[in-house]
Amino acid sequence: MAAFRVGRERGRVRMAEQGKISFELVSPEQLLLSEEVKMVTVPGASGVFGVKPRHAPLISSMKPGVVAIHREDAEKADQRFFVDSGFAEVTQERCTVLAEHVIDVATMNRSDLETELKNAREDVADAKTDKERAKAEQRVAMTEHKLRALQS
Amino acid sequence: MSSLKDLRNRINSVKSTRKITQAMKMVAAAKLRRAQEQAEAARPYAQRMQRMLGALSQSVEDQPTTPKLLSGTGKEETYLLVLCTADRGLCGGFNSNLAREARRRINALVSEGKEVKVLCVGRKGRDQLRRTHGDYIVHTFEDIASPQLNYDAARMVADYVIENFDAGEFDVCQLVYARFRSAIKQIVTTLQLVPFSAMEEAAPGQEDAQTGKAAEGESAGMDGSVYEFEPDEESILADLLPRNMAVQVYRALLENNAGEHGARMTAMDGATRNADDMVDSLTLTYNRTRQAVITKELNEIVSAKEAMR
Repeated sequence: MAAFRVGRERGRVRMAEQGKISFELVSPEQLLLSEEVKMVTVPGASGVFGVKPRHAPLISSMKPGVVAIHREDAEKADQRFFVDSGFAEVTQERCTVLAEHVIDVATMNRSDLETELKNAREDVADAKTDKERAKAEQRVAMTEHKLRALQS
Repeated sequence: MSSLKDLRNRINSVKSTRKITQAMKMVAAAKLRRAQEQAEAARPYAQRMQRMLGALSQSVEDQPTTPKLLSGTGKEETYLLVLCTADRGLCGGFNSNLAREARRRINALVSEGKEVKVLCVGRKGRDQLRRTHGDYIVHTFEDIASPQLNYDAARMVADYVIENFDAGEFDVCQLVYARFRSAIKQIVTTLQLVPFSAMEEAAPGQEDAQTGKAAEGESAGMDGSVYEFEPDEESILADLLPRNMAVQVYRALLENNAGEHGARMTAMDGATRNADDMVDSLTLTYNRTRQAVITKELNEIVSAKEAMR
């Protein structure tokens, strides 16, 4: 049977399969999550994609964004994790996400992030060397990604 | 013969030393357990990364664009030796064994006419190499495991290695660390980081994980041919390899950490036992001396009384 590929936008996701996939979220320090879920959306390098059972085998790198877990209902995300970057491996029956830094979106705090963003911007302004500036700019970008994750 | 007071002092000092070694042993035992748990928790990531790397390197094998980290520079002129040791001493032969292996390796490479550079991770390794091989040390990372060893520390080391590799500072990179076998046995191991061999890596993996890994490897091999890649193999590989290096370094550091605490536990256990023996023999001497003094005094009294008659 042909592999079932979910569309790239969440709006186009259809409830076609009743089955579940085994999903794993792994950081270098520990296995964070390992369970059977209905659907997962992953921020792939070339666009966000959803994974449902019998997805075509795929290895993709990820860009900073949100991994959303849909345990029961494909229309509603149960839990959302912010990942900085990493890789996703998808086969017909499992989806493995490797990410270096994983933060549960529910634990993120808007005002903390805004202060962090302000500090990071000041660091960019104060940076003396190119290396320092690049580092601070990276921090700004990362915080902006986090804020965006919080908003969505 | 030393006086009673001297003996008493010595007994007391040995006793307080024993208290310290005993406490250190217990602390090391607690830390060892934590280190082992940490190493255990880090395993899934390494395994899954290994699986992906296997699938990827299979599909890029014959292409000329293979990243340098995987294929090497094509030369073997300059070696970078990454020596992982502990930051603290008092752990038996742990650091010395690592330093000895590093020294042996440096000497062997130099006699082959290669250029050698050493990167020390951990203060003790640098201290021990400085006297004889100080000129080879290019950089030292200290105290990266305190207060707690985490992935970012390993990432820092890996970034340094990659930065220097990209700058053409070395051709081959080897990592010397102690593999944790048990609290009393750590095996000094050398792992090649650059050029990295994805296939070879499975061999020095943890024993208990091997059976599961073999089965997993098979299934990955089966779907390996049909994976789609996004954006494409090369860019994923270019992203994955530095991370893999960090994972390898992280694993080595974790093993080292567990080994250090294990070695310290064993060493302190031995020290406590030695202190026990010493206290026993000193106490015996003390009691004998005391008895001798009493006998002598009695003798003096009796003989004095005898003389007065």
